[in-house]
Amino acid sequence: MSTSPPPVPGPDEMREMLRMMTLIRRFEERASEEYMAGRIGGFLHLAIGEEAAIVGTVSALRPDDPLTSTYREHGQALARGSDPRAIMAELLGRSTGICGGRGGSMHLMDRERSFYGGYGIVGGAVPLALGLAWASHYRGDDHVSVTMFGEGAANQGVVAECFNMAGLWDLPIVFLILNNQYGMGTPVERAAAVEDFYPRAAPYDIESWKVDGMDVLAVRAAISEAARLAREERRPACVELLAYRYKGHSMSDPDTVRSADEKERWKARDPLVTFERVLLGEGVVDAAAVEQMQAEVDRVVDDASEFARESPEVPVAQLADLVYAQPWNDDPRGSALVNP
Amino acid sequence: MSGDAPAQVTYREALAQALREEMRRDEAVFLMGEDIGHFDGAFKVTKGMLAEFGEKRVVDTPITEAGFTGLCIGAAMAGLRPVVEIMTVNFALVAMDQIVSNASKIHYMFGGQVPVPMVIRMPGGAGHQLSAHHSHSLEAMFTHVPGLKVVVPATPEDAKGLLKTAIRDDDPVIFLESEGLYGKKGPVSGDDHLIPFGQAVVRRPGRDCTIVAHSRMVWVALAAAEQLAAQGVEAEVIDPRTFRPLDLDTLADSVRRTSRAVVVDEGWPECGIAAGVATHLYEACFDWLDAPIGRVNSADVPMPYAKNLEQAAIPQPADVVAAVLATMGRGAPR
Repeated sequence: MSTSPPPVPGPDEMREMLRMMTLIRRFEERASEEYMAGRIGGFLHLAIGEEAAIVGTVSALRPDDPLTSTYREHGQALARGSDPRAIMAELLGRSTGICGGRGGSMHLMDRERSFYGGYGIVGGAVPLALGLAWASHYRGDDHVSVTMFGEGAANQGVVAECFNMAGLWDLPIVFLILNNQYGMGTPVERAAAVEDFYPRAAPYDIESWKVDGMDVLAVRAAISEAARLAREERRPACVELLAYRYKGHSMSDPDTVRSADEKERWKARDPLVTFERVLLGEGVVDAAAVEQMQAEVDRVVDDASEFARESPEVPVAQLADLVYAQPWNDDPRGSALVNP
Repeated sequence: MSGDAPAQVTYREALAQALREEMRRDEAVFLMGEDIGHFDGAFKVTKGMLAEFGEKRVVDTPITEAGFTGLCIGAAMAGLRPVVEIMTVNFALVAMDQIVSNASKIHYMFGGQVPVPMVIRMPGGAGHQLSAHHSHSLEAMFTHVPGLKVVVPATPEDAKGLLKTAIRDDDPVIFLESEGLYGKKGPVSGDDHLIPFGQAVVRRPGRDCTIVAHSRMVWVALAAAEQLAAQGVEAEVIDPRTFRPLDLDTLADSVRRTSRAVVVDEGWPECGIAAGVATHLYEACFDWLDAPIGRVNSADVPMPYAKNLEQAAIPQPADVVAAVLATMGRGAPR
């Protein structure tokens, strides 16, 4: 059984956190290029600007704590240690993809790393995370289930249902509201009666608070405390992270709603730049080490990209192979309605 | 049980036997739903189970169908085997996003990394003047969805054997019971009797016309077959027992012998179960058919409250008789 990471990371871990945030940033930038080149289809939602929220959260958890996310989840998979090659190949719809090309950008999963997936229905994964927490409660183990969802999802009724059951049954779950302030093009002030989201959990007997989602160390400390409550006191917790995504909702969003002024204000607090400054200031890294790390990250991303492009497509003969875990006949279609 | 005559038990008790036996067999099986514990279940299927298995395995929930259905999907992803009771199929509509977007898709969408071994039990059907919100038959909605398995038992024996199979199955199984059948008695086999999915059964042999019917409609079809026999028409009644998978072989074999078919379904007619089954039969048996396939459905209306209207809206034996005779060029369907 692994031990919980400390609320304050040591120097090695901080260097790794900076590297992971950089990897997520560069991976997302590359995904954007692949999309513009027509190699990625469908929706592509980038997490640029949200790296501190992702890395601060994942680094605060044990690697075997179940994690669920939304469709903006490349970063969660990377932070959990999934192979960048397999993620990029999934985005390109290749057979080597982490989900065999069946899921795409919005539906990554890495079961071996307890990353239970990205989901496309806003709020729809929150009950699943509650069920992962239920399983822990049922078996009496000490896992903590963490579900990351947006402030937009917090307006979905099923999230309130989950707050209630988590509070009622004292389930070991952390509800993580990543408030990036826009549900697609709708700002919170036009979607929510009250602009803070964390108080919504409080009436269900769930301890809840808000932190700066642009500050990776603040996120790390907050999620550590939330996970401690869930793991040691077997009480649910809810943390709201205030953050900002630099890009539109997805690649198909021209991002005309948000003012240039607003974007600049948030970019001035860029999570990578500020964290790097902290680490340089404390002598945890020097400029040469940062440069070297960035070059290594670029090589990883180049390699992932190249691997994905060169990977074979999924054979069409496998179209229906995985519809059922227990197919009822040998029909290669698997999903066939009818017994042949 | 070898050597003994099988016991006569109700459909309700048969379901309860399946649940108890599977819970004793496998610690990963637990029950979750509204009023299933302290209240013994809205239809008393789970009576006494809280006392035997305790609060961790027999869980009373708040009225929150989407939430607890989703919770059970997550628990299944973690390797447990939840058996959800949604009080009636009508309330499953509230949980439809969890069932369709998550339960049915997770295995496929994530490349087969995680199965979702769960059962969602729920009774449906009309006939008790419960009007529009409490009288649905939604087999077609669930059967529409790849990734689900859909089970529709008509007898106590099938209720037990199919539920045991469902609990041991690694996929999400929609287990549709009938409110009108809970008190129905019949023989039931012992512990090890599992009925595989995708095996239709001939309820009554006949040479003149095939009637396909499931769940409570099996009994309506058998009553109709009795009346037809009095007129010299021998109808064969076949119960598919599961719609995903569907045992088309058995259905088509029968239709090729009788050259006529009527499909009876308590759901609505448009894009319904009868329409789907009839399409399969047209594709498989077109050259053998002597008449268009008949469909008997509930009327294409929200279920009315008034007793006379409700009875007029639900398939009755007389409707089935008329549809069979129509395939033989005798009389006109309703």
